[in-house]
Amino acid sequence: MNGTNSISIYTPAQTWLLVILRMLIGWHLLYEGVVKLWNPGWSAGGYLMDSQGPFANLFYKMAANPSVLGVVDLLNVWGLILVGLGLLFGLFTRLACVGGILLLGLYFLSHPALIGVQYAMPTEGSYLFVNKNLIEMAALCVLLVFPTGMMAGLDGLISQWRSK
Amino acid sequence: MSSNKINRRDAIKGLAAIPVLGAFLLGADAKSDHDNGIKQEILDELNIEPATPNPTGSMNGDVLRVGIIGYGGRGEHLIRSIGFASPKWLADMKENAAKDPKDTRLRDYLEQENLNVQLTAVCDAFDVRGELGVAAGTKDGFKPKQYRDYRKMLEDPNLDAVVIATPDHLHAPMVIAAVQAGKHVYVEKCMTHKVRETVEMYDAVKKSGLVFQLGHQHRQTASFLTARELVKKKVLGHINLVQTNTNRNDDNGAWQWEIHEKGNPQTIDWDLFLGNAPKIPFNAEHYFRWRKWWAYGTGLSGDLLTHDYDRINCVLEMGIPASCSASGGIYTHRDGRDVPDVFQVLMEYPDFTMGATQEAGKEKGMTFVYSATLGNQYDRGTLLMGHDATLELGEQLVIHADPQSTRYKDMIEKGSVSLEVPMYAYDPRAKGVDAVTGATAKYFANKGLMYTYRDGKRVDSTFLHLREWLSAIRNGHKVSCGLEEGFQEAISAHMASASFLTGKRVEWDAANRKLKNVSDSELAGVGML
Repeated sequence: MNGTNSISIYTPAQTWLLVILRMLIGWHLLYEGVVKLWNPGWSAGGYLMDSQGPFANLFYKMAANPSVLGVVDLLNVWGLILVGLGLLFGLFTRLACVGGILLLGLYFLSHPALIGVQYAMPTEGSYLFVNKNLIEMAALCVLLVFPTGMMAGLDGLISQWRSK
Repeated sequence: MSSNKINRRDAIKGLAAIPVLGAFLLGADAKSDHDNGIKQEILDELNIEPATPNPTGSMNGDVLRVGIIGYGGRGEHLIRSIGFASPKWLADMKENAAKDPKDTRLRDYLEQENLNVQLTAVCDAFDVRGELGVAAGTKDGFKPKQYRDYRKMLEDPNLDAVVIATPDHLHAPMVIAAVQAGKHVYVEKCMTHKVRETVEMYDAVKKSGLVFQLGHQHRQTASFLTARELVKKKVLGHINLVQTNTNRNDDNGAWQWEIHEKGNPQTIDWDLFLGNAPKIPFNAEHYFRWRKWWAYGTGLSGDLLTHDYDRINCVLEMGIPASCSASGGIYTHRDGRDVPDVFQVLMEYPDFTMGATQEAGKEKGMTFVYSATLGNQYDRGTLLMGHDATLELGEQLVIHADPQSTRYKDMIEKGSVSLEVPMYAYDPRAKGVDAVTGATAKYFANKGLMYTYRDGKRVDSTFLHLREWLSAIRNGHKVSCGLEEGFQEAISAHMASASFLTGKRVEWDAANRKLKNVSDSELAGVGML
């Protein structure tokens, strides 16, 4: 991306709506990370053991090994926080998008909304194949190809400061 | 925008997230304060400390030499728990683990502590089972001795302790013979089969001073220990009703166990099996499905009521009821059995109290209800109902505040205790469940209060129960289901059976250690004396 040049191709409404979308997702992921960080008893173990679908065995294995689970917990909490901050501030926006897509992709694969699967964890809506993890992941894909960090974010400031 | 200087407009755009972050931090902090405030208010009010297990000692020292009497289904599990899995079980578990990574039974078994025990002797009236026991006990070049007759086995001086997992009618004679031979005893529930032998066995064990443990392994369950703490702190208020249940709906659960193809008068010592039961010709069904007849088993009273009774006795320490009435019938398995398969028991404790939250003298007394069917498996849950709250007792503990509670009145009015969701939940297994889409914090209200099984590992409670017994033999501490608890369990179960069989409301005469309101001849007439 060539910094400020790309601004001209979005209308102001397009720009700000994309920025708002980026910040909303950033807020959400940041809060999910912070909640887990603030709760010393939190672990992904229960969620992983609740996995279903074709990749379930992989997630059970993660949960079964305490040292692997420790790493998974750490990566999850800090992954969410860093991705959340990145999206909120428009800092390393593309990297943050990719990180968010990866995390959401793993949540989606461990809890796919397939026909006939049931989860111990209560969910708040009704889903068939498409669930909110998938939609949030798709929204991050949109932000990856329509980047906004240069227009409203620290990426833009850093780029200008560097080119001085 | 072509200028290299960062102008004010760009800076504002670049830093647009700062006020958003400010709002985020304020919001997150306020939400955390609110959630934690409510949680802390409830926790402060309840003041529940997850209980730590009973302390046990080390397994160091000389090898303990243990024998098993009765290597059937339960005997096999008990012996596996002390480190002697059968070759077939090991092979099956290996296969299961390969198929299903969630199946960690083999790994749990292999990671289990070495109890420094040798299986010296295996006794079974059926040769095939005896041989299987010997195969399980053969380890490091040592092979256990095989017996048919437990009396011969007890003569062996190279035996320190015995595990008894035979049909109920043989328990008391075997326990008495074992302690008279100087062996420590672990016996399965129901502790005894009849009333008088219960008293005789109690006296014999008491006199011997040996270590005795009854096989109610749930005494090791972390949640029950925590429940005891919670009841003592009057979290539930005055408990006036306890509801326990058994719901099963399969042949195995109705004691329709496999009749072994090799079971015949040549391979089974029929007289040894009959013991003090009425003499009848060889009957393979009676041998392999003994729980279906009062002559050998104790029906739902001894098999399953005892589980629930002892679970509650572990929490409430309410002992033997003042009176007991029972009714039921054979309604789901009309196959020649003589024990009921639908069975209801009411035990009265008019003097029960563990403290109340209302004015003194208003509340006293409690009824224990046991309701069972072998023709439906809807899970009804175990409930302890108090004036201030209801406790659902299982592997997890879940407490629901009562809308009319005295203790929580202010908290309910203020909204910090909700009547819609449990006010408290405790799960010793999990740290909690959460995910990016989850709104489950309230549901899993126990998150911060983690207490894992033992050092973070899932452990078989039967293992812990046997370990406690072995440790008591080595280190001289108390066991959690000893002679007193066993006596209470057996008498309470026999009161239920006697009431069912005589149609009378049976009472307990503690001073004379006998049943009241039913004569000895009536008891003898139904095989319960």
